[in-house]
Amino acid sequence: MDVRSQIGMVFHLDKCIGCHTCSVACKNVWTDREGTEYMWWNNVETKPGTGFPTRWEDQEQYKGGWVTDGEDLKLRSTGKARIIPNIFHNPAQPSLDDYYEPWTYDFQHLFDAPEGDDQPTAIPISKITGEPIEKIEAGPNWDDDLGGSPIYAANDPNMEGLTEAQRKQMLEIERVAMFYVPRICNHCLNPACVAACPSGALYKRGEDGVVLLSQERCRAWRACIPACPYKKTYFNWSTGKSEKCILCYPRLETGQAPACFHSCVGRIRYLGNVLYDMDKVREAANLPDEQLVQAQRDLILDPTDPEVIEAARRGGIPEGVIETAARSPVYKYVKEWEIALPLHVEYRTFPMLFYVPPLLPVMSETQGDVVRNSVDALFGDVEDARPPLEYLGKLFAAGNLGKLRYAIKKELAVKIWRRHVTVGDIDEEQAKRALVEADCSPEEADDIFRLTALSTFKERFVIPPAQREMAMEMLVDPQELKAAAGFGFRSAPRRS
Amino acid sequence: MNSIMNDYLFFGVLPYVSLAIFFLVTISRYRQQTFTYSSLSSQFLENKQHFWGSVPFHYGILIVLAGHLIGFLFPSWILSWNAAPVRLAFLEISGLAFGILTLVGLLVIVVRRWMNIKVRRVTTISDWLVYALLILQVSTGLAIAVHLGWGSSWFATSLAPWLWSLLHLSPEVSFIGPLPLLVKLHIINAFVLIGFFPFTRLVHVLVVPNPYLWRKTQVVRWNWDRERLRQS
Repeated sequence: MDVRSQIGMVFHLDKCIGCHTCSVACKNVWTDREGTEYMWWNNVETKPGTGFPTRWEDQEQYKGGWVTDGEDLKLRSTGKARIIPNIFHNPAQPSLDDYYEPWTYDFQHLFDAPEGDDQPTAIPISKITGEPIEKIEAGPNWDDDLGGSPIYAANDPNMEGLTEAQRKQMLEIERVAMFYVPRICNHCLNPACVAACPSGALYKRGEDGVVLLSQERCRAWRACIPACPYKKTYFNWSTGKSEKCILCYPRLETGQAPACFHSCVGRIRYLGNVLYDMDKVREAANLPDEQLVQAQRDLILDPTDPEVIEAARRGGIPEGVIETAARSPVYKYVKEWEIALPLHVEYRTFPMLFYVPPLLPVMSETQGDVVRNSVDALFGDVEDARPPLEYLGKLFAAGNLGKLRYAIKKELAVKIWRRHVTVGDIDEEQAKRALVEADCSPEEADDIFRLTALSTFKERFVIPPAQREMAMEMLVDPQELKAAAGFGFRSAPRRS
Repeated sequence: MNSIMNDYLFFGVLPYVSLAIFFLVTISRYRQQTFTYSSLSSQFLENKQHFWGSVPFHYGILIVLAGHLIGFLFPSWILSWNAAPVRLAFLEISGLAFGILTLVGLLVIVVRRWMNIKVRRVTTISDWLVYALLILQVSTGLAIAVHLGWGSSWFATSLAPWLWSLLHLSPEVSFIGPLPLLVKLHIINAFVLIGFFPFTRLVHVLVVPNPYLWRKTQVVRWNWDRERLRQS
C-alpha cells in the first residue's frame, strides 16, 4: 500500500446558481495576461449544452483521455511511438476556432467620433490581431442558460443514445430542463496530460496531487491539449506555452481556499484532502466502464483506519495531513454518503473533482392556460425528475445508473426528512420510509443536511498544512510578479 | 591572392566564429532563459495549412540533414555505396526529392505566416530572418543537386575532408577553393545559419523530447523531504 495525499473537491450542483463568480475570480487572478484572454481555467457550463471548447466531450473529435482493452491502458491521442509524427502537426489539437477569438471594444471611438447623425458605436477589436472583427461567432458562455439551444443543447454529446422521447423531454422549451456544471482542472489521479507531455513539463505534486505545468520546461509540443479529456490545458498563443489551473497552490500553501472556491456565492464548493492507494490506480483504470465509479471510491482510503494511518506514516505523510484527511468534507460526500460522483469517469483519468448531481424536480406544470404548482412532485419519484437519469448517468456515472440513482434517492430522502423535521407536513413514518429506501439513517440525513446547507467556511475547506518549512513551489509573492509573468517564472514571458 | 584570402576568411575563420557563437549562446541562453526554449508552435492559431507546411518541411529537412551528417561522418560508406550507378542514382534522386519536399513545406510555412493575420501577429523579425536564411539554404542546395550532379560523391571526397580538417583545428581551405560559387554560397550560408541559430526559435531542435521514449508514464515531483518525515 503506497498511501498518498490528494486534494479532492466536491461541487454541489443542486446549489449552483450559474452566476460565474468563480470564473471571474479566477480570470482576474490568473488569466488576464496577453495570450490567456480566451482561457477559462474555471468555467461554468449550462447542461444540456456543448460546453467549452465546443463539444469537448466528443472524444471522437478531440481524442482525450485513456482507452483500455482490459489490460493495456493507452492514451487516445498519443503514445511513445505516435509522439514522433504528432510533434510536427498534432491532428487532434483544437484550434482557436474551437474556443473563440478574444476581443475588446474600441471604446475610444465613443469619445473621438466626429459629430454626426448617429450615435457612435464601439466596434469589437480582436485581442490577437488588433484588427476589427466583422462578426463575433462565439464567446465565453456562448450557450449560457440554453441560449441558442436548437444549435447548442441539441448537439450536446451526452444526448447521443437517448430515446426520442427523452431528447424531447430535454429540449421542449416550455419544460426547459437545465443545470450548471462548473468545471476546473480535476487534478486527476491518472492524469492524461501528464502522461502525454513529451517534455516532462507536466507533473503531479507528490504532496497534494495538484497537477502543475512547468513553464520553464514546456516546449510547446502541444500533446497535453488533446490528451486532457476535459480540455483544461490551454495553449498560450503569445508565450508559446501551455497553461492550466494551478488550484491556486500559492493560496493553498498559505491555508487559503482557491479563488474560485473562496468566491463561490452559492457555497457549492468543498475542498479537502483524501488518502488513496497509489499502487492500485493503474489496475483500477483498466476496469470496465460501469465499475469505474466504485473502483475510484475503493482507491480512497479510510483516514481513521489504524492500518491506513500506519501506512501513511510509512509513506512520509505528516501527521497534520493525516488529521485533515479525517475531517475532509470530500471523504464524507464521496465515500461515506456516496452522493458525489466523478464527471465522465469513463475517460479513466480518475478526476478528483466530484459532483453531487442535481435533482431538478418538476415544480409546476401548465394545463391549458393554468400553471399548476406541485409540491408532491418535489418529493416524487426520482425517475420522474428532469432531465432523464440516462442523461445524468452519462455525465456522472459512466452509464452506471445504479450509482446515480443511489445518490439522487439519498439526496431526495434527506429533503423529505428535513421537510418532516422543519415544516412537519410529512409524517414521520413516510419520512423514515424514504430514508430506509435510500439506505440512509436520520443521523446521516442530518449530517448531510448540515454540511450541505449550514456548513461554515472551515467545514467546507479543510486545507492540509503545506509544510512550508520544506520549501514548496512558491517562494515569491505571486501578486508581486503578476504584471511581469503571472506565475512559475521570474522573467517577462516573451517570444524570442 | 585576394580570392585565397576570401576563401580563408569564409572557410577557415567563419566556421569557427559560428560554432563558437553557437555553443556559447545556446548554453548561456539555456541556463539564463530556459523559458525561451520553445517550438513556439502556431498550430493553435491556424490548424489546416499548418499541416501542409510543417509536416513536409520537418520530414524533408531531417532526412536531408541526416544525409549530410552521414556524408560527413562516414564518407567511405557513401563512396562504396555509390560505386554502383543504380545506387548512386537512387541516392541522388531521393536526396533531390526530400530537398523539394523541404522547399515546398518551407514555402507553405512562409506564405501561411504572411497571409494569416493571426499567425503573422506572432511572427517576429528573427523568424523572418530564419525563413530567409532557410529559403536561401534549401534553394542553393536544390540548385546544386540539379546543376552539379553526383553531389553525394564529391561531398565525400572534398567536403568531408575539409570538415574533418576543421575539426582537427587545421583548416584545409584548398579543398574548397576550386568548387563552384553555388557550393561556396551554400557552405557560407550554412555557417551563417549556425551562427544565428542560438538567437532564434531554431533552438527547439536542441530540446527534442527524446527522454519521453523511456521515461515512466506519470511524472510526480516531491517538494517534501520524505525521508525526514518518515523519521519524525
